[in-house]
Amino acid sequence: MANPRTFQIQEISAHPGPVPGQGTRREEAVCKYIDVSTCIGCKACEVACVEWNDHPFRETTFNDTYQTMPTTEWNYYNLIKFVEDEHDGNLMWLMRKDQCMHCADPGCLRACPADGAIIKYENGIVDFQQENCIGCGYCISGCPYDIPKFHPKTNKVYKCTLCSDRVGQGLEPACIKACPTGCLKFGTKSDMVQIAGLRAQQLREVSGFANAGVYDPPSIGGTHVIYVLHDIQQPERYGLPANPTIPPSYTYWKWIAKPAGLLMAVLGIGAVFFHRVMYGPKLPQPEPPELRTGPTEEIEAGRKETP
Amino acid sequence: MSTTAKRLDDKARGGFARFGTTRIRHGELLRHPVYTRVLHWSVAIFFILSLLTGFAIYSPWLFHWIAPLFGGGPRTRALHPWFGLLFTLFFFFQSLNWWAPMAWTAADRRWMKGMRQYVTNQQRLESEDVGFFNGGQKLYFWAIVVSAILFLITGLFLWFTDLTPRWLVAVSYVVHDLASLVMLGGFIIHIYEGTAHQPGTFRSMIDGTVRESWAWTHHPGWFRAVTGRDPREAYEREERRLNERADVVERSQPDLDARDKL
Repeated sequence: MANPRTFQIQEISAHPGPVPGQGTRREEAVCKYIDVSTCIGCKACEVACVEWNDHPFRETTFNDTYQTMPTTEWNYYNLIKFVEDEHDGNLMWLMRKDQCMHCADPGCLRACPADGAIIKYENGIVDFQQENCIGCGYCISGCPYDIPKFHPKTNKVYKCTLCSDRVGQGLEPACIKACPTGCLKFGTKSDMVQIAGLRAQQLREVSGFANAGVYDPPSIGGTHVIYVLHDIQQPERYGLPANPTIPPSYTYWKWIAKPAGLLMAVLGIGAVFFHRVMYGPKLPQPEPPELRTGPTEEIEAGRKETP
Repeated sequence: MSTTAKRLDDKARGGFARFGTTRIRHGELLRHPVYTRVLHWSVAIFFILSLLTGFAIYSPWLFHWIAPLFGGGPRTRALHPWFGLLFTLFFFFQSLNWWAPMAWTAADRRWMKGMRQYVTNQQRLESEDVGFFNGGQKLYFWAIVVSAILFLITGLFLWFTDLTPRWLVAVSYVVHDLASLVMLGGFIIHIYEGTAHQPGTFRSMIDGTVRESWAWTHHPGWFRAVTGRDPREAYEREERRLNERADVVERSQPDLDARDKL
């Protein structure tokens, strides 16, 4: 695909004033906007996801609520979580569309030991490349949102792709297209943050949700899926971590230990090799006595001799 | 060690002795019976396989070098826990086999204090309280016992990452790495001491025997226990013998030179 910037006008002949649009750059970072306050729990997004990704329908479970299955699965990337939340004597039925958050600093990617199994695109989409996945499952523990899911038959891990195939063709993700209430939107990160901010303000000022806000946690550099929550002080009520973090095992330890371990191995092998060269072997004692009149002088003499 | 474990070990030792043989020649001592040798090499094979497959997953720089040897990344990942499990199994029997001689004693504490002399080869003869194993060997053995337990526990968590809590996998990841670095360090020294640094040692794990001179040099306490002779005396006798032999050879040397000049 040709780079659209190639044909951006740089200079114009005999044009008074500045060149219109000079230096403008299309924002590449994409974002999914989810307004939980207007979600009606219809599950259209779930169906659209299953259809677009050509997944078989899963068996559902029943636990006396609308929750059809407990978590997302390797063939079910997108699941609405229904929370019956009792707060200050009021019951609230919270619905949150759960899927990969496409973190700016992805824990799955940090944890992965296989070259090329997880990639992050310039536009912020974090995508698994199953052909490079070795099935170790470290990404599962690296993820603060419990999103990557192991497929026991193929021994690979799967998760929401933010429809990278659709986005690559200029389309919105399948879930966005299916949403009937407009609680899902898709666009650039800055646009979505702005819309989310306005909606949160509306909830605070008009609807009486004094704590309404936008969930875009800075502890992982922000996410490319943002939520408008009616109570940003307690995202746990929706099952969202307030401060999602990547385990230090996959950041500090990994960065220090991997090179340090290899260095140790190389130095260790080098150390024993040069120990042998410098100190010599430990032979069973006694060793035969050294030559008292050695051939050393003769050899030296022989070397100096000219024929 | 419980008597059941000891009985099991004795039985296995007896069984292997019936199938395999160890030929002990004059001037040699039996160091490792057939059972011990088979265990040692079983442990060694699965240790090396675990090390290689583990290194592939451990380091992105080694991944593309090692993973193809085992049929690619996914196969390497699938094989690693099985290699590790077999290593742990064989090492379990190995530890039963060596539990008694590996017991830590006052002699080992003294050995650890004198390690500097040992490492710099200043001490040609080990001190006389060094028995079947010296302090360094025992340290390596117990380091493996501890790391093998850590390996097994953390390895099971890392094997089934999708069933284990997130924090536990993250902790296991670090502990597994640390255990492997301890093992790797010991392993490099172990191979070096057993081959290049101490000639005459490697055959104890292949043929099962060592020269008597090797025994009184490196394990005088053990030499005394199995031969009933004094290691120092045996050493001095051998030294006298070698000196006399050297004298005879030197005395005959001028004649040879004279003949060459003719």
